[in-house]
Amino acid sequence: MAIKVEHEIHTRRKGRNLGVGAILVGFIAIVFGLTVVKVIQLGDAGKFERFDHVARPQLVPDAETGTEDGAGE
Amino acid sequence: MTDISAQDTTREAGMGDYFALLKPRVMSLVIFTALVGLLVAPVPVHPYIAFVGILCIAVGAGASGALNMWWDADIDVKMKRTAKRPIPSGRVAPEEALAIGLTLSVFSVVLLGLATNFVAAGLLAFTIFFYAVVYSMWLKRSTPQNIVIGGAAGAFPPMVGWAVATGGVSVESALMFALIFMWTPPHFWALALFVKSDYGNAGVPMLTVTHGRRVTRNHILGYTLALVPVALGIAFTSIGGPIYLAVAVVMNAWFLKGAVALWQRDDAASEADNHAVEKRVFRISLYYLFAHFSALLAETALAPWGWGGW
Repeated sequence: MAIKVEHEIHTRRKGRNLGVGAILVGFIAIVFGLTVVKVIQLGDAGKFERFDHVARPQLVPDAETGTEDGAGE
Repeated sequence: MTDISAQDTTREAGMGDYFALLKPRVMSLVIFTALVGLLVAPVPVHPYIAFVGILCIAVGAGASGALNMWWDADIDVKMKRTAKRPIPSGRVAPEEALAIGLTLSVFSVVLLGLATNFVAAGLLAFTIFFYAVVYSMWLKRSTPQNIVIGGAAGAFPPMVGWAVATGGVSVESALMFALIFMWTPPHFWALALFVKSDYGNAGVPMLTVTHGRRVTRNHILGYTLALVPVALGIAFTSIGGPIYLAVAVVMNAWFLKGAVALWQRDDAASEADNHAVEKRVFRISLYYLFAHFSALLAETALAPWGWGGW
C-alpha cells in the first residue's frame, strides 16, 4: 500500500502550522542576532580568546615580554 | 442559533485566535510607553538589543493577557463585550490559553534577562504576576477599587523600558509609572460612565455599580487633581524640559477642565445630551497620555540640536 502523504488534518491546520513554523524561525533569528551583537560588543576577539581544548601556540605567553597576546613584539 | 453561528463556535482555532489571546490593543500601548521609557533613559542601547527588549516586554504583556483570559473565561462568557473572545466563543480551549500564557511568560522574562539585564527581567516578571494574579485573580472580583491598583500593571512598561537601558530604577522611571498609574482611574471611569456594561451580571464590582455614578464622578475629579502634580513634576527631572512642561500645562488644564465639568453634571444632564461631556473627557484622556509620552520623546530627540531638556 502506498504511503499517503496528505491527510485531511494537514490542509485543515496548514495556517496554524505555517504560523508556528514562522515563530520558531523568528525565534532562531532573534537569538542568532543577539549572539552576533553581543559578541561584536565585546570588542577585539583577540583580547579575550582562550585555549579551546587544543594547544594554540599563538596564545602562549611570550617568554621574553611576558605578554599574553602572543604577538610578543 | 443559526447553523452559521453554530459552525463559527466550533471551527478550529487559527493563528489569529491565538494572537487575540495576547490582547494586541493593550500590547500597542505597552510597546509605546516601554519604548519611550527606553529611549529617554540616559544610557544608549544598541538598536537590536532595544528591539529585542521591547519585543520581550510586548510578549510578556501579551502572556499576562492570555492568563487573564484563561482566568476570566467564566465571566467573559456572561458579558456582551467579551463573549466573542477566543475562549468563551469556544475557539481556543482554556488549557491551551493557560499553556500559551505560561510559556510566553517564561520565554519573555528569560530572554529579556539574557538580552539585557535581570533587573528589567525581574520587573517584567513582577508585571505579569501583578496583572495575572493580583489584578485578575484577586482584586478584579473583590473590590470596586480594582481598576486603581490593577492599573499598576499597565504602568510598569516604561519602568521596564528604562531598566532595559540603565539596569535599574530611578525617580524618572518611578514618575513615568506614577503618571500612568494616576491616569488609569479617571480614564477608565470616564468610559464606565457612558458605556452600558454588564459587569453587574458577571459579578464584577465596578465603582459605577457598587457606589453609584455620583461617587464615580467625585472619584474622577479627585484622581485627576492628584494626577496634575505628578505630570508637572516630571518636567523638572532629567527627562523633562520646556517642551514637556508646555505640553503638560496645556493637557492638564484641558483634562482638569473636563473632569470639573463632568463632576458638575448629574445623570439627567448626561442622559439629555447622550453623555457628550463623558465621551469628551474619555477622548481627552487618550490624547493626554499620548501627548505626555510624545513630549518626553521629543525632549530626547531634540537634545542633540540643543532644543530638548533644560
